Order: sequence, then C-alpha cells, then structure tokens
Amino acid sequence: MTATDEEWFDEAAGPLVRPYAMTGGRTRSDTLGLDLITLVVAMQSVTDVDVEPEYAGILSACQHPTSVVEVAAKVDLPLQVVKVLLSDLISQRLIIFRSPAAPGAEPPSQHVLQAVLDGIRKL
Amino acid sequence: MAYANSDDRSARATKIVIAGGFGVGKTTMVGSVSEIAPLRTEELITEASEGVDDLSGVEQKRTTTVALDFGRITISPELILYLFGTPGQDRFWFMWDELARGAIGAVVLADTRRLDSCFAAVDFFERRNLPFVVGVNCFDNSYRYGTEEVRGALDLDDHVPVLLCDARERESTKQVLIALLQHAMAEARLAGTAS
Repeated sequence: MTATDEEWFDEAAGPLVRPYAMTGGRTRSDTLGLDLITLVVAMQSVTDVDVEPEYAGILSACQHPTSVVEVAAKVDLPLQVVKVLLSDLISQRLIIFRSPAAPGAEPPSQHVLQAVLDGIRKL
Repeated sequence: MAYANSDDRSARATKIVIAGGFGVGKTTMVGSVSEIAPLRTEELITEASEGVDDLSGVEQKRTTTVALDFGRITISPELILYLFGTPGQDRFWFMWDELARGAIGAVVLADTRRLDSCFAAVDFFERRNLPFVVGVNCFDNSYRYGTEEVRGALDLDDHVPVLLCDARERESTKQVLIALLQHAMAEARLAGTAS
C-alpha cells in the first residue's frame, strides 16, 4: 500500500467505479435477454414509487415504450449498467418489457420489411 | 397515468446497422434521416485509447466515434426503426454481434479514398448472411469511382447493391435504405423458396 490511496477519489476513478457500485458489482443480466432494442415501459409514474435516484431516472426515461439503448442514452449510464438496473425494475414489476430480438432471433418478417419500406418512402 | 394506452403494449422495434470505417460518415448518415438528433450511449471499455485511431486521409474530422450512435424513425405507432452506427474502431468488434442480431440488414458506407477500411464490415455481414448494400459516400473532394469499380475492389457478389450516395442528404440516405429494404425482401423470398 503506498501513499497514493487517494487516487481512488480521482475524477478518473469515478465513472469506472460508480456504475458497478450501483449494480452491486453485477455486470450481467442475461437471464432476461434484454437487447439494445427491447422496448421497456414503466408501469408506475416515478412519483408513485419510492426508489433510489438511478432507478427513478430509468423509470422517468421510459414512461412511454422506449428501447433499452434509448434509456441508456437518456440516463447517461453505460449499457451494461442500465440492463442490470432495468432487470431489477422488471423483477419488481415496475417495468414491463417486450423483446423483439431474443438471442438467435429470426430475421424480421416480410410484413415488417414491407412496413419499414413504406415508412421510409414516406419520409 | 403514464400507461393508459393499450396500443403501447403492442409496439415493436426493428433495426438497421450502418457500418464502415472510422470517419466515413456513419453518424452523419444516421442523422440525415433520424427524427431525433443522433443519441449516443457507451459501453464500459477499460483499455486505453490513445494513439489507436487511424486518421490518415481524413484530416478534416476532429471528433472520434468511441461509442454507439443511433437514431430513430417512428414507422407507425406500432413499429419503431432504429439506425445504429457501428463503433468505428476495431477494438469495438465485440459490439457488432449484438447490433447485427435480428437486424433487417446493414449499409456498408465506403469512402473511396480508403476502401480497405470497409473490408472487415463486408466480411462480417457476408459470414452472417445478413443482407447488406454498399453506399459509396461521395465527399466533396474525393475522386468518384464508378459503382462497378467499387464492386470489383470489394469483390462483392453481383446481387449486392452498390449505390453512390451523399450521407449528408436525407433524400440520398432514403434511397440507400430503400435499396437495402428491397434487397432484404428479395433475399428473404429466395430463402423462403429454397427451403
């Protein structure tokens, strides 16, 4: 141990340490198979529940159906951290999710492709 | 109540990947058609990043894509399309698998000054049988090769569409995406008749 212990409180250490602290050191949330574009939506408004700030931030970011990646951008936390926090909220039934692309998912159907093609033509 | 509309429950999302070398204009292309200014999210990377970005030939570009940039197009109340720009540097390859999984397909954006920088992307999508088109981004001062010259240089199969485009222009990006959708639909029909 050297006299440089205080380096842990360096600005540079903050963003690396704190997100993992938020998740209690958990880095994987594979049980739910949350994908970048899995849509999540809050079942409660933030004011109705008493949760920690990071959870509250996520709840308010998905008051309407929002993708996991968009939630991560809104709350400005790394994706892995957001997936873990979302999994917690899902297990508490404060958020529900709809998975469009579970691992090994089928390619989109002709119906979806046609709808996207029509939508892009109308832009 | 935040969640009164039952239509919300049936919403679905799909995605298109915009790939290509570092500094080729992927985020510009996403931004040209997205209904929101491109958003950025990050993965936790522990490795040092100094001195690894290859900027040869792209002296104009000041910023680095070190994270995942994406945009959104609401196709209908039930269907949202996300456009993902792939992280430009090789050390982010691990993110490509999740990006490509379940995607409609990919646009490989090519810069004719550095065509070799999109070999890796072409290879990646070919190996995964993910439909892709090549968009040759025509920068102001870059020499314009013909689409057939690019096809030859990248050793592309005849059925892979190659288009000249300007990633800054909404109409041009639309044409590239339309070509991708048509290509993906043709590929899906072929796969359907083959099985």
